[in-house]
Amino acid sequence: MATTAARGPADRATGRAAGSAAKGGRLKENQTARTFYWMVLPAVVLFLVFHTIPVLQGVFYSLTDSPGYGDWSFVGLSNYTALFGDPRVMSAYWFTFRFAIIATVLVNALALTIAVWLNGRIKWKNTLRGVYFIPNVLSVLVIGYVFQYLFAGAVPALATALGIDRLSTSILADPQLAWVGIVILAVWQATAFNIIIYIAGLQTVPQELYEAGSLDGASAWRQFTSITFPMIAGFFTINMVLALKNFLQVFDHVLALTNGGPGTSTESVSVLIFKGGFQGGEYGYQLANATIFMIVIIAFAAFQLRVLQRREVSL
Amino acid sequence: MSTTPVSGPNTIAAPPRPATGRDPDGPAVPGAPSRRRRTRGRDEGDGRGVNWWLTVLLIVLSLTIFIPLYFTVVTALKTQDQLGGTGFALPTEFAWGNFAEAWRLTNYPRSALNSAAITVAAVVLTLLSNSMVAYAIARNMHRRLFKGLFYFFVSALFVPFPILMLPVAKQTALLGLDNQVGLILLYVVYGLSFNIFIFVAYINSIPRELEEAAVVDGASTWTVFWRIIFPLLTPMNATVGILTCLWVWNDFLLPLIIVSDPRGATLPLVQFQFQSQFTTNYTVAFASYLMVMAPLLIVYVVSQRWVISGVTRGAIK
Repeated sequence: MATTAARGPADRATGRAAGSAAKGGRLKENQTARTFYWMVLPAVVLFLVFHTIPVLQGVFYSLTDSPGYGDWSFVGLSNYTALFGDPRVMSAYWFTFRFAIIATVLVNALALTIAVWLNGRIKWKNTLRGVYFIPNVLSVLVIGYVFQYLFAGAVPALATALGIDRLSTSILADPQLAWVGIVILAVWQATAFNIIIYIAGLQTVPQELYEAGSLDGASAWRQFTSITFPMIAGFFTINMVLALKNFLQVFDHVLALTNGGPGTSTESVSVLIFKGGFQGGEYGYQLANATIFMIVIIAFAAFQLRVLQRREVSL
Repeated sequence: MSTTPVSGPNTIAAPPRPATGRDPDGPAVPGAPSRRRRTRGRDEGDGRGVNWWLTVLLIVLSLTIFIPLYFTVVTALKTQDQLGGTGFALPTEFAWGNFAEAWRLTNYPRSALNSAAITVAAVVLTLLSNSMVAYAIARNMHRRLFKGLFYFFVSALFVPFPILMLPVAKQTALLGLDNQVGLILLYVVYGLSFNIFIFVAYINSIPRELEEAAVVDGASTWTVFWRIIFPLLTPMNATVGILTCLWVWNDFLLPLIIVSDPRGATLPLVQFQFQSQFTTNYTVAFASYLMVMAPLLIVYVVSQRWVISGVTRGAIK
């Protein structure tokens, strides 16, 4: 077995004393420890090779003019300074932030509301919960194509029939409105998962609290703000943080609905990095963009965790 | 105390719950599910006290979910000349041929087999490997190295994929992993961050006495893990398995950047590749979309209750 072959530096000394019965206990302990190292070693190596090293490579090549192949030379921070003067990059960040913040707020507000309702005294509770989870079972890209036809064909046809001029052309073809379509798809798809997480959270709230609440004559809204929300604040924090992180990296939605258009009005940062990096020969440049993007996402998450967790405590 | 979450983000995922983790059968029957059972019994046991307004409201709202699905089904069943109007009308005659054409055009069997094989392999390998890594970390949190590893893996949750994707695409091509095998490997490795996070929280609630007793009887650490811990992880394995399955089957970005040979394409990737041909022929496109959604949707409908409880359990932990 692997334990006998392995010899970590920590247990080399005791390994030699293998025959000694007196040290049996310690030996056993060290063998155990050695097994634990073997359990994590392959995972650590693979993670380093396929995650950590690529990240470091990414940061490294962001300091070069590499097109992704062949020769390259160091260009210092000039990729970074160029980013800030690039209108396409700025427009991608503006679209991404606006999309992600609005979608995060909408998803969490909707999911929390529906979760509270689904946790109420309703008939066919399990079936309804099952129905609301369906969007999460579907591929964003594929259901995105369906939404694209809805926005491009069905919605304008319906609006024309109802006499609503504003919607009689496809919103995806309108540079001012196309992002709304992406928000709708994202909210439709992501609310499903968040509902289930909130339902899980609601089930951790002891019923006794509500019983006490109703004895004191608290209204439904009052019970929500004074009992439910404080009790599930931890779930709210984690959902907000994860939703924002995921939405900031929006990719499939954009490719399915608009492919970044019209023009570059709905090009998200991930889509820009993908297009520029793989098709535009901007390997080094887009890696600088990705490095900035990584810092932005970590900063957003840290900020959210601080603000939301502080509120958790104060409630 | 083993039920206390380590710190940092962990505290968020594990809101206060009763300390049943100490109970001998704690991990199998944590506090929350028993409370849920009580609630459900009271709510569904009798017809009285049912909030019908809320029920109707929720049913009406669920139409927002069914409308796009209905649209997909009716469009897939229409002929080209039935496509006028809003598109919501029922087909006057069924064009079953759309499915046959989509099947042939996109070579459905090959991409479906790719998707299925990658999903099954990724789920199985994830469960076997990620739980083991989490076990080693959870039981050695007092050692600086393992504690460091925990934060190393979990902090990767916040490293956005775009920084990785350009170098990883080059690297997998270099290593000859720009195929299905490479995808499976990457799903297993990239799942580590999140899975370790939730497996560790769960393993912390399993009392150590069981393992100690087995060790006294002469069991090795491997035996302890495979014979005692892994079976106890079944509920969490279900959660991780479901989430991994949904992720891998539906994922588009990773196959897009990794798979170089068109024969290795997964179902979502094939839809993307055929998009230009589909724009002129969108009844066939919808037949194709429906065939992509259907397998997992059918599995979900059959196992719906189990899926929901699996995901819910993961969230409480």
